[in-house]
Amino acid sequence: MYYLFSAYGLMLFILFAYIARVNIKCGSLVAKAEILTNHQRKEISIIDSSNVRIGLIGLAFVFILIALYMALVWSPDAKGEPPTYRILYFHVASANMSYVGFFITFIGSILYLWKKDLRFDRWAKVGADLGVHFCALMILTGMIWGKQRWGAWWIWEPRLTMALVLMVIYIGYLILRHVMENPVTTAQYASVYGIIGFIDVPLVHYAIKLWGKLMHPVVTGGGKNAGLAPEMMLTLQVSIVAFLVTFCAMYIVRLHVDSLEADISRYNAVRKEG
Amino acid sequence: MKKYFRHIGIIVWKDILLEFRTKETLISMFMLAVLILIIFIFSIHLGKIKALDVAPGVLWIAIIFAGTIGLNRSFLNEKENDCLLGMMSTPIDRTAIYFGKMISNFFFMAIMEIFIFPVFIVFFNLPVQNFPGILLITFLGTLGFTACGTLLSTMSVASVKLRYMLPVLLYPLILPVVIAAVHSTGALLYGKQLSDIAQWLKLLISFDIIFMTASFLVFEYTLEG
Repeated sequence: MYYLFSAYGLMLFILFAYIARVNIKCGSLVAKAEILTNHQRKEISIIDSSNVRIGLIGLAFVFILIALYMALVWSPDAKGEPPTYRILYFHVASANMSYVGFFITFIGSILYLWKKDLRFDRWAKVGADLGVHFCALMILTGMIWGKQRWGAWWIWEPRLTMALVLMVIYIGYLILRHVMENPVTTAQYASVYGIIGFIDVPLVHYAIKLWGKLMHPVVTGGGKNAGLAPEMMLTLQVSIVAFLVTFCAMYIVRLHVDSLEADISRYNAVRKEG
Repeated sequence: MKKYFRHIGIIVWKDILLEFRTKETLISMFMLAVLILIIFIFSIHLGKIKALDVAPGVLWIAIIFAGTIGLNRSFLNEKENDCLLGMMSTPIDRTAIYFGKMISNFFFMAIMEIFIFPVFIVFFNLPVQNFPGILLITFLGTLGFTACGTLLSTMSVASVKLRYMLPVLLYPLILPVVIAAVHSTGALLYGKQLSDIAQWLKLLISFDIIFMTASFLVFEYTLEG
């Protein structure tokens, strides 16, 4: 049980610390942007509506609570498995969310190169950022489960290796964005990297699968999803939905912050010119 | 089409001429590769570990690190005196620049590999067998590395900070090449035949094709910085 609670504590801490961090940044930026641009924002879209943001964050909170209750209390014990199996509900959900994030990056990158609109570049950026966070969550929860089940924090099993490589590729993407200064060049290079990084994923997957066969003749822990009881399946689905709503809330808040930042830097650039 | 190939040829020839007049990149690449072999030999104690088990990995680490130096240098030369801008303003297709640079990078790495391979065989006391197979693997692996590396090194010259980040961006992407090349080189050195490593060969070939095609499509956007 110790592992279980540390896993949930860690996960909730990361999720809400992230939301809180972005929200604090958001608050100060809103004030700054409103003073600077004097309420004259050109495009008002859904991401700028505070009702949508607050509604989504509230919905995410409720869903997470429901998922927590279902995962920790309602879902039955698994036969022959330590109670840490319950990590599965959040482990699988965060894995799905990281794939969603990376896919958004891919789509955003293509759209940027096609339309040359910095808005799509922000989509891609936020997708990668959230994807890396959820990927870290997946790896951490997986490690805690693995310590209990396999007796080791890490084994070089294909799925673990794949998650690690995926995270490294997208950390590279974020570093690329971080070190560049000119927003247009950043967007272009990041889009190129976002596209080839995503194309690389199936190749890495194939290579690691072949390599894994060489390393471990019998894949350990195979069929983790197989044979789930109906209640467990329902819990898993609910927690995936909860994570999806949380993902959307985080995404919208982040997108809002980034568009405010872009507004401010555009305003500063105009002011410098005279 | 003929013109396109001629343009590629001109860029390759320019790079080769430049390199053979200074020989800077080739020498530093080769020396780095030799030094990596030496450092690894000191760190793995060949008396206790079977050389065949570690040698392919060490060889490919040496090739990739040395190749990174080559990639860094190749576009740095273009950046000095704004040669890249000059090349971009000539009436040639932008993708011809990519293929030209890729082929010249490939060429320099191939020369470095020709020299490093005997050193590798001697240092690790390896049996010389399946030579054509190893040649094929090295060809495909190096092609994949340069296909991906040329694209990224074009971006990396845009800022000084990004230049040091080239390995961080490049190494995760070329992981399939590294895995495939190391394992198939190892298998061939153990005396297996090409048919035993068909899956790795397929992987290497598809990596090369996919990355050359993708780079062909997006290369234009890496130049406009």
